[in-house]
Amino acid sequence: MKPEVADVVARERVETSETKTKRVPVWAAALLPLLLLGGLVAAIVWWDPARSLQSEGVPPVERLTFQRIVLNEAGFTVTVLNDGPDPVRIAQVQIDEAYWSFESDRPGELRHLEQATLKIPYPWVVGESHIVKVLTSTGTAFEHTIPVAVETPRPDARFFGVFSLIGLYVGVIPVAIGLLWYPLVARLRRSGFDFVLALTIGLLVFLLLDGAHEGLEAADMIPGSFQGAALFGIGVIGAYLALETLGGWLRDRRTRGRAAAAAGGGFVLALLVAIGIGLHNFGEGLAIGAAFALGEATLGTLLIVGFTLHNTTEGLAIIAPLVPRVDRGPTDAGSSKPRLIDLVKLGAIGGAPTIAGAWLGGFVYSPVWSVAFLAIGVGAIAQVVVQISRQMASDAPVARYFARGPVLAGLMAGFGVMYVTGMLIG
Amino acid sequence: MTTVGRVSTDVFNPTTYLRASNFSDLPPGQREKFYRETRRPDGSLLREYEIFAVDREIEIAPGMFFPAWTYNGQVPGPTVRATEGDRLRINFVNQGSHPHTIHFHGWHRPEMDGSLPAHQVMPGEKFVYEFDAEPFGLHLYHCHANPLKRHIHKGLYGTFIIDPKGGRPPADELVMMMNGFDTNFDADNEVYAVNTVAHYYLHDPIRVTVGKRVRMYLINVTEFDLLNSMHVHAVFFDVFRTGTSLSPSDVTDTIMLCQGERAILEATFRYPGEFMFHAHQSEFAELGWMGLFRVEPSRET
Repeated sequence: MKPEVADVVARERVETSETKTKRVPVWAAALLPLLLLGGLVAAIVWWDPARSLQSEGVPPVERLTFQRIVLNEAGFTVTVLNDGPDPVRIAQVQIDEAYWSFESDRPGELRHLEQATLKIPYPWVVGESHIVKVLTSTGTAFEHTIPVAVETPRPDARFFGVFSLIGLYVGVIPVAIGLLWYPLVARLRRSGFDFVLALTIGLLVFLLLDGAHEGLEAADMIPGSFQGAALFGIGVIGAYLALETLGGWLRDRRTRGRAAAAAGGGFVLALLVAIGIGLHNFGEGLAIGAAFALGEATLGTLLIVGFTLHNTTEGLAIIAPLVPRVDRGPTDAGSSKPRLIDLVKLGAIGGAPTIAGAWLGGFVYSPVWSVAFLAIGVGAIAQVVVQISRQMASDAPVARYFARGPVLAGLMAGFGVMYVTGMLIG
Repeated sequence: MTTVGRVSTDVFNPTTYLRASNFSDLPPGQREKFYRETRRPDGSLLREYEIFAVDREIEIAPGMFFPAWTYNGQVPGPTVRATEGDRLRINFVNQGSHPHTIHFHGWHRPEMDGSLPAHQVMPGEKFVYEFDAEPFGLHLYHCHANPLKRHIHKGLYGTFIIDPKGGRPPADELVMMMNGFDTNFDADNEVYAVNTVAHYYLHDPIRVTVGKRVRMYLINVTEFDLLNSMHVHAVFFDVFRTGTSLSPSDVTDTIMLCQGERAILEATFRYPGEFMFHAHQSEFAELGWMGLFRVEPSRET
């Protein structure tokens, strides 16, 4: 389209829209379709055209999902959610193929997305497996297996302590240890430094894949009404854009606040990396706490060692952008030597969320949250990967920068380290 | 330990079912509609029954409903009882949604067998089964339409008792049908029971009397499991397998029956109090096949 033609078309468009807005007020134009939609919905509900498609006696679509099972000396407390379109009536409960007495806090009909808590006084056996089966009025059975029965932790001081300790072991300490590589990294030459930065990217990409896998897996487990995959997607995109905005804002503030020479793109990037890793670790803590609370994982020494090794590399990822790059152009040479307090702050941002996650996961676990936080972690890490890549490549195209020996080796090494330490956890 | 709540007994009362036969549970005016007796020249009776197949939702555990196929709206179907040598005429109407038959265990001609595809009575159609009651014993009747497994486990079965000409010694007689229900159609029963309702007789025990003979007509129709069994606590019973002999073959407190097998059990309780009875497969017991006898002191003493 030639420019002048486009101009004419645009002008015409403006004119027509102007003439229209004169006749119909904006609010009415916005409201009319909504009113019509409301009318349509009312008509559908009133006449129910879907009814004519069903023959008589079509059984209702029943779906119950197990939300949470608490084990204590009184037996099981089971929370179930009606995730199906039709109402469900819970009629009986079987434990290990035996009808068992139970009390429901919502006897009668359970409508769409309503949940009921069943108290079942069952003498469960520590360390053994139990099967909880809920039968509805139509005899449809919904089953949940407790793989290893252990008492569910209560939110008392002792368990807060235990979860804090776990968070400390797997989150805070390893990240802090990783930070101690700073003096080494600071002394590296160009190719060595490229290797370390690439290593960081490798680590982060691994975390990204790992988080995405776990998140999508969790998304599959949650009730269909919560649309796990969509929730995951929103979390990823939202976290990515939020971190992008935050990065921009931080950089602006720094540039304004200090002399241009001192403006540390490096510190901002390190902060972003720490936030990204912190968000990821929050999701990880959530998973650990939940697994521990649900009796699905006993945190053996090996598992803790695995997490510790795995997460130490995260500290490295945080400090890498802090290193001053003497051989680079003036725009990026700004990062001065970081203060110890800054390192502590970064370490806390990256590691401490593990503790909060473990608390939350241990006491008020919900699979929906798990999906949301894993997604946020993935989005944050994706943003951080993009940031570091941009910074590394500087003005050169990212792809060309990556296609160099030390960078490639670093990427592979980062991946390899995570893969091997990941084996300890798996 | 047990199911929670109580079932409605408006349509089917397992306690009434225990002692009912030939529609004796119906009020007199109603009963004639379903059952008539005519004396024949040789002194035997012509017994006429109106039996219909109908689809009906039944309550098999408190709050749990099963889309059953039934004879006369109940599972098990009404107990048919005759004396050896009587003539039976069963006017069968299929009001259900699938082809059905009634296949009686006992002597009869092939066209009365209700088993081959040609014997199937289509929905809305009728058939008259006619045969002589023999041999004496404890038998059963059930639908034999295909697929057989589904027609039986959906609820089309009932008890068929033929008394010997001289009768049996007086006793408190109870009909007990061991059955099961697969509510989620995974070829495994979610509910086991005697007379349909899980754990019913735990809440409403069977009342019997100390020192008075109890005669149990025990039949197994349980689908999907190879065997079912019954154990009565603190009592030993005489076993008359299939009830075709008047002398017992065994004295025991636990008996095992395969599907379609049956036995008459005779016992006399010694002590008043509550005694359990249940399948000795503990899984079945905990899934509904468990009840209580409430043994009351004799009024005569």
